[in-house]
Amino acid sequence: MARKSYRQAINEALRQEMERDSRVILMGEDVAGGMGAEGEDDAWGGPLGVTKGLMPIFGRERVLDTPITESAFIGAAAGAAATGLRPVAELMFVDFMGVCFDQIFNQAAKFRYMFGGKAVTPLVIRTMYGAGFRAASQHSQCLYPLFTHIPGLKVALPSNAYEAKGLLIQAIRDDDPVIFFEHKAMYDEEAEVPDEAYAIPFGEANVTREGEDVTIIAFGRMVNLANEAADRLAKDKISCTVVDPRTTSPLDTETILETAAETGRVVVVDEAHPRCNMATDVAALLVQEAFGDLKAPVRMVTGPHAPVPFSPALEDLYIPSAARIEAAVRELVAGS
Amino acid sequence: MAEIEAIVMPKWGLAMQEGMVASWLVEEGEEIEKGEEIADIETSKIANVFESPVEGLLRRLVAGEGETLPVGALLAVVAPEEVGDAAIDAFVADFQARFAAEGPSVAAAPEPQTLEAGGRRLRYLELGDAAGTPVLLVHGFGGDLNNWLFNQEELAEDYRTLAIDLPGHGGSTKEVGEGDVGTLAAAVLAFMDASGIERAHLVGHSLGGAICIDLALNHPGRVASLTALAPAGLGPEIDIAFIDGFIASNRARKLRPFLEMLVHDPALVTAEMVEDVLRFKRLDGVEAALNTIAQACFPGGRQSLEFEARLEELRCPAQVIWGKQDRILPASHGEDLPETLEAHLFEDAGHLIHMERAREVNALIGAMLRR
Repeated sequence: MARKSYRQAINEALRQEMERDSRVILMGEDVAGGMGAEGEDDAWGGPLGVTKGLMPIFGRERVLDTPITESAFIGAAAGAAATGLRPVAELMFVDFMGVCFDQIFNQAAKFRYMFGGKAVTPLVIRTMYGAGFRAASQHSQCLYPLFTHIPGLKVALPSNAYEAKGLLIQAIRDDDPVIFFEHKAMYDEEAEVPDEAYAIPFGEANVTREGEDVTIIAFGRMVNLANEAADRLAKDKISCTVVDPRTTSPLDTETILETAAETGRVVVVDEAHPRCNMATDVAALLVQEAFGDLKAPVRMVTGPHAPVPFSPALEDLYIPSAARIEAAVRELVAGS
Repeated sequence: MAEIEAIVMPKWGLAMQEGMVASWLVEEGEEIEKGEEIADIETSKIANVFESPVEGLLRRLVAGEGETLPVGALLAVVAPEEVGDAAIDAFVADFQARFAAEGPSVAAAPEPQTLEAGGRRLRYLELGDAAGTPVLLVHGFGGDLNNWLFNQEELAEDYRTLAIDLPGHGGSTKEVGEGDVGTLAAAVLAFMDASGIERAHLVGHSLGGAICIDLALNHPGRVASLTALAPAGLGPEIDIAFIDGFIASNRARKLRPFLEMLVHDPALVTAEMVEDVLRFKRLDGVEAALNTIAQACFPGGRQSLEFEARLEELRCPAQVIWGKQDRILPASHGEDLPETLEAHLFEDAGHLIHMERAREVNALIGAMLRR
């Protein structure tokens, strides 16, 4: 076992699944780079080098550079999945997903249902999300709530390199379409990652801290900030449970409800805009199913209902911070 | 002679960098014995009681409860009554200044290695380079080489020690053949061949204990001594609910009660310990390997292999060590054994006796190795 970055963990998951199953193919803009042109082969490996090194191993037949036409290649990937391959398509920034909503929402997500359960669509769409990259409002959104809303799609939000490898392997082996969200600010973050292949089942939350006072439910990159806040609060004898749901669809409501009941106080941390996001979804779940267990109102720590600003100073303020999580926990403890 | 002695944050296992003083079990002004339980310390991997490495009058508790400190940091000060408070203050200030300047001296953790043996890749951790007969540590069902975190480093001070991952476990190949004790014993023998070890002291826990007994009986020339900790193979009973639950539980909250069966004090089981087991169980091939081993070794909820009738054949010095509150394999299997096998039974200890009673178990192993 060795320390590997989020980027390396994703690359390793792709390589091991491509070795294991010849039906697994990659496609997307510059996933290798240089296809059909003179010049360096495998020059890019995706915009941030995540798929670099795979084309030389598996060849152009399984690592396909596509034109800059998301609607076309996501549609092609959905069709390939429905007809026997297991494509992993890379859609650079989730912000660009809008141009292929029909392919995803109306086609891939619906095949299993509309063909009476007789069709499977083992499609993975890898995509980057999140703020902090100084890439402005069209390249910084957290659109996982949109995909969580659609029945038939599964949505994974790996919170570190270990999670990224195991959840991506599960996504590739899964027979349903999976939207796999990679936070672009995390690619260089390292964790202990086994060399062997492993799959982390969907819908099973990871409890990263166990405490008695407050339950913090955090999504994606926010899990690390929640852990940081919990560790700081522990020094002041405020002990927090931190829950990483791992996937928003399916969502491990059982662990959320159990851990909420244990502390009676819940902070939900979601980098997405605050209307109709995962924080509101979890808050609604708690109000409906665990109202009697709650000692205080559910607190949400999210970005504001505004586009991600381009000004670095404003962008830093925009993103939920460990300090804001900590403050929310302290307010809850003080108020009840 | 130093009149003032420091008690510092211990290093439990290779990965430990810091620990949290959960609570003090002694007060300033008390006389403490060497080996007395003086604090509960929690690391990210495990919680355990800290036994005093020194004896004397406890003058100062430096670390507060709830405080997380690096390995080697000052926890408390012991000194005779005649040493003045000012001298204690100076000692603490000097220690803290040096510690702040030099920082924690946590050496880079040694990395496990792998070798090819008997057609399998086996992972092992080697510590200590003393000449003489090496010590081989063999974990139990569902374990790995990290199970020896409270034992291996101490044994390595005087011996070359090798902790291995059995087939189907840790970082070793997940192919286990028939999965019976004979197959696993052959794999350990192949490991000894591949690493050029003619003879070894064997220390095995649980299923690993059965493997070591098998080797001592069937390959006596290769075994210098035998220490079997709560070994399988000495009777038909086993709590098969543990084996079934361990294999079937893939969520932390479901798995935890089964891991708590392993110890007398369930507080020893931390969230990260549970997650580490889950990480192992998620590896490709592990579930099949564990099922194969369970079916071969514990068919129908009974142990398939019983060595009792053959124990008198043991030719090497041999001992068994058992916790009386073992909920997996009953300690009664360690009673009424022939003279060839010394038995040591401990009160208030469960199946993970080498973790729960590390100091005593290490002393017993050390005594066996020195024979």
